[in-house]
Amino acid sequence: MVGVDLLRSTLVGMVAAQPFFQWSYVTGQWSQIWADVVQHVSLSLLALAIGTAISIPLALLAWRYRIVRVPVFGVASALYIIPSLALFAILGPITGYVASYPTAEFALVGYTLLILIWNTVAGLDAVPAEAREAAVAMGYTPTSALLRVDLPLALPYIFAGLRIAGATVIGLVTVTALIGLGGLGQQITYGFNIGYYTPIIVGLVLSVALAALFDLFVVGVQRLAIPWTRTSRRARAN
Amino acid sequence: MQVWDHFRHFMASVWDWFATSANWKGSSGIPELVWHQLELSFAVVLGAVVIGGGVGLVLGHTGRGGLVAINAANAARAVPSLALLTLFAIIPAISLKWGGFLAAFLALVILAIPPILTNTYVGIREVDTDVREAASAMGLTAGQVLRRVELPLSIPVLMAGIRTASIEVVATSTLAAYVSFSDLGTPIIAGLNTNNTVEAFAGALLVAALAGLVAFGLGVVQKALTPAPLRHQLSGLNRSPRGSVPQVAGSAAT
Repeated sequence: MVGVDLLRSTLVGMVAAQPFFQWSYVTGQWSQIWADVVQHVSLSLLALAIGTAISIPLALLAWRYRIVRVPVFGVASALYIIPSLALFAILGPITGYVASYPTAEFALVGYTLLILIWNTVAGLDAVPAEAREAAVAMGYTPTSALLRVDLPLALPYIFAGLRIAGATVIGLVTVTALIGLGGLGQQITYGFNIGYYTPIIVGLVLSVALAALFDLFVVGVQRLAIPWTRTSRRARAN
Repeated sequence: MQVWDHFRHFMASVWDWFATSANWKGSSGIPELVWHQLELSFAVVLGAVVIGGGVGLVLGHTGRGGLVAINAANAARAVPSLALLTLFAIIPAISLKWGGFLAAFLALVILAIPPILTNTYVGIREVDTDVREAASAMGLTAGQVLRRVELPLSIPVLMAGIRTASIEVVATSTLAAYVSFSDLGTPIIAGLNTNNTVEAFAGALLVAALAGLVAFGLGVVQKALTPAPLRHQLSGLNRSPRGSVPQVAGSAAT
């Protein structure tokens, strides 16, 4: 992954006092760092896209039919509680261990489910009864009222859930370094393996930066999609 | 059918792993590893409750620093735990202290403080202003208002924060096995490194069971500590459009 020269100079550098951060590493290894950023982004976005696509229909079902709520929240909670490392080891024998996208994505999507379903259901619960009654009085069928009145009114909550899921997944992707993927997690494990602070800090800072960028992106989309909340108290609470 | 045979063979091997008495004895035996993990997690949550809870109580009571307090938990979610663990584990003054315990403790406590701080702050702030003013009008001092009114009324939110943090800490403490500290993550890491799928799988089952037990146990504690008139709140979903970190099933949601 990284040149032998760098490895040697690093090990030599460790004997002397090691600076906490070395810019020369960032400039020298930029192509590798960028490749890790790209993998980090693709792992995260894929998990968030699949998670959203699964969660919203499940949340609608769980909200509409109480009997669905228990199994949906039960399975989502179980996936949320089981530590990612354990999920990798449980899924490994089925989907493959080394650098396996299915193993990584299954676990990452699993974490988004409870967050997204929870917030979507909370959003649907918060829809004013008058809005729903007005929709029914205007002749909406229950299903079209759900999709065209309740769901749009729940959007601020759904976006809020997406922001939490985004921060969680983008941070968690680093753990997939333990099964050979990892995105910026590879910088972290590399730094750890040779006892070098700089790559770990690069991984930490860039991962947090990606999470912040995603957060800004979601806020931007939210303002375009639901401009009516911008001037309300809700928008300011964000 | 071949898949089924493979699966049966694999599960039989996992069963054998559990049945091997060597895996239950000594310093890397299962009971010792479970104890390590609980010891680490408990110390971390305790430290985070003292620091995060203390700061949250003061900020909540005085109403200051709201922006930081409210956003701390979400900001902390973006910090990769692996980075903090590895960073502390290679700092020479910390790395080998107490058999790797110190490095793992410091990393995890930094991650556990924000959710507890945020929930404590929110819990205290959500106490009805009328109730707070009534208590002052009846002659309670600021300290008494905090202890006898604000604290009991905010227990559901406060305990939710501790439970969320505890679940995260137990989960993340398995990663401590990668850097410095042997616990139930150790068989998983060792299994992944040596391609021993059976060992990794068996360790994962233990970790999953422990995490589930902790989540369930804290749900029971949460219910027991909540003053009876407030218990209905546990079954309600959070109504904050800021978005909320979910409560896992067993205490709320369902």
